[in-house]
Order: sequence, then C-alpha cells, then structure tokens
Amino acid sequence: MSEILWVVLQHVQGYIYPNEVEVNWSVLIALYPYITGLVAGAFIVASLERIFKVEAVKPTYRLALLTALAFLLCAPLPLVAHLGHPERALEIMMTPHLSSAMAGFGFVYAWYLMAVLLIELYFDYRRDIVMWAQTERGIKGFIYRVLTLGDYDIGDEATKSDNKIVNIVTIIGLPSAAFLHGYVGFIFGSVKANHWWSSPLMPIIFLFSAMVSGIALVLLIYIASGYIRGIELDKDCTDTLANYLLYSYLLDLSLEFMELAQLFYTQEEGIDAIRVLIFDKLFWTYLVIQVFLGTLVPIFLLIAARTGIFKFNVRKWIYIFATTLTLIGVFAMRWNVVIGGQLISKTYLGYTIYILPLFGPESLTLNLVIWILPFIILAILVKLLPPWEDTHKWEKAELE
Amino acid sequence: MVSRRKLLMAIAGLAGFASLRKAVKAQEPTENYDWTKHYYSFVVDTRKCIGCGRCVRACKLENEVPLEPFYFRTWVERWVWLKNEKGPKVDSPNGGFDGFPPKYDERVISKSYFVPKLCNHCDRPPCVQVCPVGATYKTKDGVVLVDEKYCIGCRYCIQACPYGARYLYPRDGPRVTRRNTADKCTWCYHRITRGYKPACVEVCPVGARKFGDLMDPDDEVRKIIETERVQVLKPALGTLPKVYYLGIDSEVR
Repeated sequence: MSEILWVVLQHVQGYIYPNEVEVNWSVLIALYPYITGLVAGAFIVASLERIFKVEAVKPTYRLALLTALAFLLCAPLPLVAHLGHPERALEIMMTPHLSSAMAGFGFVYAWYLMAVLLIELYFDYRRDIVMWAQTERGIKGFIYRVLTLGDYDIGDEATKSDNKIVNIVTIIGLPSAAFLHGYVGFIFGSVKANHWWSSPLMPIIFLFSAMVSGIALVLLIYIASGYIRGIELDKDCTDTLANYLLYSYLLDLSLEFMELAQLFYTQEEGIDAIRVLIFDKLFWTYLVIQVFLGTLVPIFLLIAARTGIFKFNVRKWIYIFATTLTLIGVFAMRWNVVIGGQLISKTYLGYTIYILPLFGPESLTLNLVIWILPFIILAILVKLLPPWEDTHKWEKAELE
Repeated sequence: MVSRRKLLMAIAGLAGFASLRKAVKAQEPTENYDWTKHYYSFVVDTRKCIGCGRCVRACKLENEVPLEPFYFRTWVERWVWLKNEKGPKVDSPNGGFDGFPPKYDERVISKSYFVPKLCNHCDRPPCVQVCPVGATYKTKDGVVLVDEKYCIGCRYCIQACPYGARYLYPRDGPRVTRRNTADKCTWCYHRITRGYKPACVEVCPVGARKFGDLMDPDDEVRKIIETERVQVLKPALGTLPKVYYLGIDSEVR
C-alpha cells in the first residue's frame, strides 16, 4: 500500500491535508452502492407487476426477484472485504452505535433479505417447489424438500393465501427497497465535511440511479436469457421495460441536474475546487462516461427506439447497447461520487489521485470477482428455481 | 546570525529531547485520575510558531505514528500570501517534520505564517457521531479517543472529519494492536492524565502550542480564551472545536 502512496504523493496537486493522500474508501465502496442499487432497481421491476399491475412485464417478475436475491447476497462482500478488521464486522450488529447512519446497515440488510426477499420468493414459488419436491429425485429433490419447509399444502385455499402474502410483502418490500438504497445515499449525503457529497438530494439521486441500473440489468438479463434458451422474447415486455427505463432515466437526469445547478448557482466555498474536479479530475469518468455515454446516449437511444421506426430485431440491439451503456454509466456514477469525493481535498486547495491496484486487497481483481459472483449465483438460482413462464409438466397435464 | 539561531534551536532541541524522556508509553490513565475534574482545551498562537517542526517529530516519536509522510497526528502548514497574487499559497512538506526550506522570494511575500494543525477534539464531533460501533468516543474531560481494540476500520470517521485529522494506521505500522484502525491525536491522553503536557506542547521552543485545563481558574489557556479574540477552524460546520487559534486569517481552514 505504502508503495502506491509514494507514487500518489508525486501526483498530488495543490495543497491537501497530509492525511488525505490516501483515498480511504476504495473501489470496493463504489461497488457496494452499485450492487445495492441493482438490488433495489430489480425489486422495483418486480413490484411493477405486483403492485402497479403492469401486466406486460410479467415474464420478468420472477427473474427480477432472483436477480435481486443474487445481488443482495453479494452486497455485504465489498464492505466486509474493505474493513480494516473484517473479523470485527459483526460488532456493527452486536453493539451498534445508533447515532451513526452506518450502524443501521446490518438491520436494513437483514430486514430486506429475511423479511422481504426470501419471504416473497418462498411464497411465490411455494406451489412449484412442492410440485418439484414430489417429482424430482436425488440431491435436487432433497433441496426442494428442504425448501418446502415441510408445508406440502397446495390446495386452492393455500395458494390463494400464498398469493395474498406475496402481495402484502411486495407492498412492504417496495419502500424497503427504496430505503435500502436511499439509506446508502444518506451515508454519503450526510457527510457535511465533504462538499461533493453533502446534499439532501443524495438519497433520492441514489434511488433513481438505482432504478435505472436495476431496470437495465433485468432487461439485459432477460434479453440474454432469450438467446441462451433460444426462445422468442416477449416484445411487449421488452418494450415496456425499456419505457420504464427511459422514464426513470429522465427523473434521474433532472435530479442530477438540480444538484449541479444548485452547486454552481449558489457558488459556496469550495465551488472552484469542484469546478476543477468536474472538468479536469473527473473529466473522463464523469463528463464522458457518466453524463454523455452513460446517460445522454442511452436516453437518445431509448427515445429513438420508441419512435416505432425500428423493427423489434433492431430495437432489441438498441436495448442491448443502451442497457450496457447504462450499467457502465451507473457504475461510473458510483465511482464519481465515492472516489471523486475523496480526490478533492477538504482544504479546497488541492487534489489527490486514486490508483487502483490490479491485485491484492481492494484491487481490480477482487472487484471483478465480487462483480461476477452474483451472476454465478443467479445462474444457480435460475437452474434451481426456473423463473420462466412456461407451463409446467403438471400444468400441461391439468390443461389436457 | 544563522549560527546563533542554530545554537538556540539545538539547545531547544536538547531540552525537548530531555523532556521526552519522561514519556509515558502506556495509553491508559492512572488509577487515581478523576476525569470529571478536568476539561481540556488547546491554544495555537500562530504568531509565535517558527515552523521548526519539532512538534511533528515529537508527536510521531511519542505516539508511534508511522514515519511515512501520509500519516500525521499533528502537522504544520505554511500559509503565504504573495504580492499581486490572489489567494494563499499553502504547503506542508512532510507535514513540517523536517522544517520548512525557504520556497518564496522574500521580496514578493506580503505576509506569511505557520499554522500547526491537530485534532480539534470537537465538542460536537462528527467522527464520534458516525462511528458505527462506538469505537471512537468523547471522554468526560473533553478528549476524543479511538479504541484500537474495537475499531473495525470502516473509515467512516476519516471521511466525516472536516479537518483531515484522522488516518488509517497502516498494516505495517510499528504498533501491532493499532494496525488497520483509525488513528488520531489524543492530546497525549496518557501524558495529560498524569499531569504532563502533550508531547508537542512540551517540545515547542516558542510556546506557540499551549495546553490547559478550563476547570483551573488560573490556567493560561483559559485566560487566553477568555480575554483574547480567538478563532476556530471551519466554524460554519458546527463541530465546536476546542483547539483555538490566535492570529490566523479566516481563509485558514
């Protein structure tokens, strides 16, 4: 670490407090809000169908829930990996210091995982799980029998009440998902020492960028699943998701604009430093990747796709391109907040730089591993709990 | 002229070193110490500071602060205003550890002075507020401390401190139990609870750093705060610092 700091010291510009040479919240802390944002966004996609009765997106309902779960399971990894003393991580739940915004993390996380996602998935899948438990053999059958939690009742009454529970949990889940991620925004927005972070808008900006990234991820996974399974995509579903992506993008863009407008119009102490931060230090990651490639281009593409001049086959490619750019752009946003806020000195007179090590703790490699892990978990979940809308074997029998 | 200055500095250095031999390495206060009977405060008189950096060196020695130029419990800044130039020029080479080699042509300087910095031991400390496990806390005698056996190393406090007073003790630092935890100035808690001054105050050859007890009616620091026009850093943030400065411009932050 210390070797990197010597290099960083060579590139420090202006005057920074000597303790500010080191960027303390590394790329892992940028990855963390990115992942929770995907969780919240994916859950919101799922609730579109459940709460807002957007029937068109039904084919992605279960896929969105499984995506949320896969990413949620990995959400604490970057945090724990980043701690100086990971072995003391549980203290945050055992002896929380309640005046700290961060102390709630364990509870918010546990609530969302245990009280929302797992319950919703269990009751939504219960009927299928029972059927699988009765038909599957071997290890898979054993897993299903465990997942039934011993309840094999799938009569009309029981499935009806399952459905009711899922609806209630989704209604609780939507504000929970918003809270899970808005809360992360608050952790940054409440740091008054940092002019680039400190803003009451931060939780809302985080939330809308979360929706943007979550919808984009579910849409991309849905399109990819069509390829992998060799199945025609549901056009209505794909287009509707893309529309919601566009709407949340427009909200996200206007919020970001309000934030910047406020900064530049009020011109408080430190504005000169922020100007340099935006136009010089973060030129590539902020202006080029986040704003242009990650926001304006996808919005333009999505509007173009809406005009109806493109066939679905072309639209599909537009969506693939737009969602990929979105996912990159939202990660850039997390980067610009987390890393950007630490490049600027609290003296407002100078800047440090951030060097991302390729290997070791808090490195690019670790970051990539944590980023790929949810996709592997998702693949396993999809195998175990197929989220597809096909009629099951037993349903076919019923239909005949 | 220069040789006399050097001689004086050498004498002061020896005196400082001799006083450091009293250094008490244990971090815990003595048993018969009553922390409700004291309330500490700190005054920095920038009009006296000569930028010798002795305080920075004493602090690093006393408190096992790593010697690399990225970790400081206290440091000294040089603030310079040049003629025909807007805004101050600030630097702090190696935190002032090696003193300050001349940098500007004296003829173009309109004013300049040194500003020693350290933890402000705020009365409303954002670092204490944000610690998720309560490893950093305020003592009854007005000092903000970190429990190295408890800190999880999340570094939220480092982000929350507006003064850059905290750093993460490196994983190869000399004090094993403190590795990977947040570290900062303690006003030499192990010394002050035994009646000594903090190391930086002890070695300051010109009395630019003053440490005192506000509960003592005859205390020098208390008298200065009561009678002089003192300033704190970044007052707008509402942190209520307890390090008071004499003779700084409002731009100093």
